[in-house]
Amino acid sequence: MKKIYARPKGLYRNINGYCPGCLHSAAGKIIMSVLEEMDLLDRTAMVDGVGCCANNDNYMDLDAIGTPHGRACATASAIKRCSPETIVITYQGDGDLASIGLAETMLAANRGDNITVFFINNANYGMTGGQMAPTTLLDMKTTTTPFGRNPKEHGYPMDMCKILSALRGPSYIARVTCIDVPNVRKARQAVKDALQHQVDGKGFSMVEFVSNCPTNWGLTPLESLRFAKERMLAEYPLGVYRNL
Amino acid sequence: MERVFMKGCQAIAEAAIRAGCRFFAGYPITPQNEIPEYFSRRLPEVGGVFLQGESETASAAMLYGAGATGIRAMTSSSSCGISLMSEAIGWMAGACIPVVICNVSRGGPGIGSIQPSQQDYFQATKASGNGGFRMLVFAPSTVQEAVDMTYRAFDLAQKYKYPVYILTDGFTGEMMEPVVLPPMRSEEFLAAERKANEAWAVRGRGGAPKAHKIRCGTRFGVRCPLEQKNKEDWEMYERWKKDEIEYETDGTEDAELIITAYGISARIARSAVSILRKEGYKVGFIRPIKIHPFPEIAYEQLDYSRLRGILCAEMSIPPQFTYDVEAVVRKRAPIGTCLRSGGEIIERSAIIEAAKKLYGAK
Repeated sequence: MKKIYARPKGLYRNINGYCPGCLHSAAGKIIMSVLEEMDLLDRTAMVDGVGCCANNDNYMDLDAIGTPHGRACATASAIKRCSPETIVITYQGDGDLASIGLAETMLAANRGDNITVFFINNANYGMTGGQMAPTTLLDMKTTTTPFGRNPKEHGYPMDMCKILSALRGPSYIARVTCIDVPNVRKARQAVKDALQHQVDGKGFSMVEFVSNCPTNWGLTPLESLRFAKERMLAEYPLGVYRNL
Repeated sequence: MERVFMKGCQAIAEAAIRAGCRFFAGYPITPQNEIPEYFSRRLPEVGGVFLQGESETASAAMLYGAGATGIRAMTSSSSCGISLMSEAIGWMAGACIPVVICNVSRGGPGIGSIQPSQQDYFQATKASGNGGFRMLVFAPSTVQEAVDMTYRAFDLAQKYKYPVYILTDGFTGEMMEPVVLPPMRSEEFLAAERKANEAWAVRGRGGAPKAHKIRCGTRFGVRCPLEQKNKEDWEMYERWKKDEIEYETDGTEDAELIITAYGISARIARSAVSILRKEGYKVGFIRPIKIHPFPEIAYEQLDYSRLRGILCAEMSIPPQFTYDVEAVVRKRAPIGTCLRSGGEIIERSAIIEAAKKLYGAK
């Protein structure tokens, strides 16, 4: 008998605490399974952001460092430069990467620091109860936009893949999602390509996961997948934005 | 021993390199720009890493990452820049990361002035971030001391696995003086330390039985409940009161007046003390060398029956260092102050005048 599927080696054998239907766990599982496949588990240091992302530390059997909100890319850049043999990944949410840490993200990308950023975009601050994020869709209701996001008052959703693609520093930028099986396969490939860029010393790589947040979106897991497919993907088109 | 003529900031950077510092991240701010500039040139020569951060917040987060790999690392900034760094400084205390932070301070609050000042005393000794942590805080009064303290700061950071803070000022940082530079730490010494630090560093587990986790509320790569960590930190601060107090006194035994100051003010005050003695005043001198832990013992040992007063000289209005002196003196002697602030330098003549006034007041 041939084993075709197993729990990734690097995941602790405990139950994850993400909300039912949340795709954080899918992203985490993909990353860990790719690290295992590429034989990088022992070489990897994970820099996790603040918020739901920080939970990963409880599930992933990797050397890990928790960073102040938004500073993951700065900390990761320093780790990589001081220990070039380490595979350095960050795992950050939208508030962390695109709001409080926008400068750190942009400047690490611009320096072409040889790190891999995993960016989970679920259009709100999940851990704190669902406030508006830079990536919140227009008209989307959050706890701080109770009447919906209004561009005149709150500005427009920020497309980080496009913004970072304007820089010359990044080597690989892709946007994926885990809302269905075909996309999970593509996401897996993107994670692998991004990490390969780091292994090859090509510079800054990022994979954005268009994700969901059933709890704070006020939707069932299935409804949240439908919302992500219809609304989120319309604002955040999937694809490879940069592949040098 | 090598004797050279150097600017304070550059001497601090060179001393750090010789102490084994192999990473620096920082952001431009006056009056400490010569530190990052010197490192940017010098670190590549010794196989180190220099990173100009996009802000002080980022630079301190970079320092956190570098320190977490187990190498000797440092940042510097000035006053309002240090305020921005307080986020990651708190994290480094929270996660027990051995790093060195140097504040070449200037006037405040806010952007203040670019001239020298001692207005960051409370920030350095009591509240360098949230959560009530403390650090060992050196306060050099000459460029030579800045060199020697920087060199020692790296050893102490490694000894306690905790950030160590150097509080100097734009005066000492921008002044040129002859200094004797310490010897270069050997590559073997640094490699051995880095190897030992692999027991907790985050660099990929590399076959270690357990992954290392560094975050606020961890010690040596292992999680512990936050309250337990707080208690252990407190125990360490209490141990410092036995092991890390550093101060100097001069002529305190028969003194009728004490002049006390730290850092650059102490250098000026010392000169005032010698003039007063020549004029026949019985003046003693106390200078904390580390301002945290505060050398309470130096003031406890005084013969208060003889004392007409204690004069605190510092470049901060309102005073800050003076409050620590008052707390230990507990009204056993009148306390006077000689203060300047906002980038104005304290004058020796003003200290002499304030001392005579206090002397005659009884």
